[in-house]
Amino acid sequence: MTNEPNFIEKRIGVYICQCGSNISDYVDVEKVREEISREKGVSLAKVTMFACADSAQKEIVADIQNEPLDAIVIASCSPKLHLNTFRGVAERGGLNPYNYVQVNIREQDSWAHSDKPAQATLKAIHLIRAGIAKVSLSEALTPMTIPAENSVAIVGAGVTGMRAAIELADLGVNVHLIEREHFVGGRVAQWGKMSMTNQTGEEIITELYHEVKKRESIRVYTGADIIASKGSIGNFNIQVKIQPRYVEPPCDPESFKNAIEACPVEVYDEFNFNLTKRKAIFFNYHSEFPALPVVDMATCTRCGECLKYCHGIRLDQQEQVIDLHVGSTFLATGFNPYEPKTGEFGYQEHPDVITLQQLKRILELTKGEFRFRNKKIERVAFIYCVGSRQVEGENKYCARYCCTSAIHAALQLRKDLNVPFIYHINKGIRTYGKQEILYEQSSTSGDIFLQFVEDDPPVVETFNDHLKITVNDLLTANMEVTVKADLVVLVTGMVPRLNQELNSILKIPLGKDHFYNEIHPKLRPVETVIDGLIIAGCCQGPRNIAESASSALAAVSKVYSILNHGEIQLEPTLAIVNPGACEWCGQCLVACPFDAIERVETEKGPVARIIESNCKGCGMCTPVCQTEAIDIKGYTNHEVRSMIEAMSG
Amino acid sequence: MDKDPPKILVFSTEKISDPALDLAGLMKLHYPPTVHAVVVPCSSSVRPSWIMHAFECGFAGVFIAADGSDCPYGETCIEKTAKIVEMTHVMMREKGIPTENLKMAAVCSVCAELFVNQMKLFAGELADKRPMQYEQ
Repeated sequence: MTNEPNFIEKRIGVYICQCGSNISDYVDVEKVREEISREKGVSLAKVTMFACADSAQKEIVADIQNEPLDAIVIASCSPKLHLNTFRGVAERGGLNPYNYVQVNIREQDSWAHSDKPAQATLKAIHLIRAGIAKVSLSEALTPMTIPAENSVAIVGAGVTGMRAAIELADLGVNVHLIEREHFVGGRVAQWGKMSMTNQTGEEIITELYHEVKKRESIRVYTGADIIASKGSIGNFNIQVKIQPRYVEPPCDPESFKNAIEACPVEVYDEFNFNLTKRKAIFFNYHSEFPALPVVDMATCTRCGECLKYCHGIRLDQQEQVIDLHVGSTFLATGFNPYEPKTGEFGYQEHPDVITLQQLKRILELTKGEFRFRNKKIERVAFIYCVGSRQVEGENKYCARYCCTSAIHAALQLRKDLNVPFIYHINKGIRTYGKQEILYEQSSTSGDIFLQFVEDDPPVVETFNDHLKITVNDLLTANMEVTVKADLVVLVTGMVPRLNQELNSILKIPLGKDHFYNEIHPKLRPVETVIDGLIIAGCCQGPRNIAESASSALAAVSKVYSILNHGEIQLEPTLAIVNPGACEWCGQCLVACPFDAIERVETEKGPVARIIESNCKGCGMCTPVCQTEAIDIKGYTNHEVRSMIEAMSG
Repeated sequence: MDKDPPKILVFSTEKISDPALDLAGLMKLHYPPTVHAVVVPCSSSVRPSWIMHAFECGFAGVFIAADGSDCPYGETCIEKTAKIVEMTHVMMREKGIPTENLKMAAVCSVCAELFVNQMKLFAGELADKRPMQYEQ
């Protein structure tokens, strides 16, 4: 083990791609070839029309074998496009794929400097020299091959989690579906009728749950939390704590119903956003799954009334901890609705100011005339973008679903409950795609749309027995408009769920919006920097249900691609310690965010050691090492310094 | 008299800022051709000694195209990269190199225009100051 440079001179082949004319229109490729062919170690330099073409690949393979070559440099497009293509070429020629370097002379040269061809040519020479310097020092690296357990832990049994569980089970993967709540369904279960199909959340969840239960390879754990996770891609060892339900079969539905009625405890019902009360033994709704009520032991007085009606109640049940061995962990932990601050548009100062989520529950619970707090509701005003698109606040993003959901709720108010006056006080309606149809329906059915700007928000005040909203309406040249309302609905967006403990256990990277962070929003949208830790749905950012389901399926394909071969190859670009140079100061251990460094005793004293299964190759450990004893393979100190020298020209 | 723009070494990051450099090219946005990039895994993996080596090799400026809050390796990247800059500033002062010759800015994967503007601005600032005076 060493981080000294390899001084054995390699026979290097350099290929300069014209990319049709994308490169050669601005870079004098023949001049580049002439210059490069004189570089030390270069035994062959060629210009090629398309390096990625089959014929060119075959020619490179033949050159590697016939010359023979020890390393190759291909100067072409961005490595993000063809790194693996050319690694494959190197391998087919018999080279180690890490003895190949791709130099980007298209995106970062010919295209960026098409206005200065002579200087673009000079830059190409410098960049290729740097590539040669890097490949001269490159070591043959071998990806680690490790067995992969054909099972996945899906955290969160909402729409995203259940959709993914069904698909993965059908692909032959064993699924552990872990839900923190005692019932499956997540937020969608609370959602009532939804656009565009008018299906209810309950119906969607019921359909998905029946599909889940048809598959023997899916195990569902409710009231369950991950409390520990060790290992890495292919082999995560997870501990799950399962809270007791205090109820078990057999007991018929009628007995459950009687037991619930007998319970003397009444507490605010979180499922209905505290609009109603529930008992200490409860269901959220009648067709909820698993079809067993749960005892909320935080409020249960152990009076024993329920025991008189149902023999399935077990108040002495204990929590369980189980161990799972999985190849991948799939996070579908969803979102929380934004909770307005006290006084934000009158919230919690006036009882007739509610959130969209509360309205959705009221719509589910209301039959016949629309009454709220014993008052007939005839005028409803929606105030949009509460807790989202905040210029000054934390939530700068658009929560995507709320404009559509609010307008859908307004249509329901008008059609099902005959509410005649509906106002939409908004910052610009975003019912994108097919959802625009709802906006059209709402506009033509008599709803009134008023628009405000961020720094001039509407003001909500009490006036006699109703609420008064004053808004300077952008659509009527900032005319001050006053709206009378019986009910004000704050259209609140999504915020990340508070999962601090889980985030800490799994070391999940968070974005600046505090949702889970993917590696790249476009190119690697469901992967995190923790290999094998996959994210989907609203834990990643605001999405509607259709988008969450799509994201679930994208994540399914990623999980399956990890697990289906039974083994996994890991990138070998990890940290490496030169124990001879290490004087153990512990700074690398502090800098590493992944617990990938440990102190080990040697004859010369303590030194750092890399735990390869944890190392992500980020390199945060390297700048803090005063003796430069740590390197990242593929980005070693010597490689980078020699590249800088080569580019300085 | 050398009329080329000053040479700038950019440390770009594999997953975040280097895609922005690629995007700048894709959009045919022009910046000085004396800007050269070395790709690293994360901006908090840049060694101060590399930055100093770049100055010794004749680069007039060094720019760290940092991951910022987009860093896939976690939020600590911001403070760690800032610490690297702080440590390097100390070394630069010892060598008599103006600390303004090292710049850092968060460059997201689609921040092509921001990157191009930063490069034009930085090259202009460095050009005004030439020739650089510092101990080798």
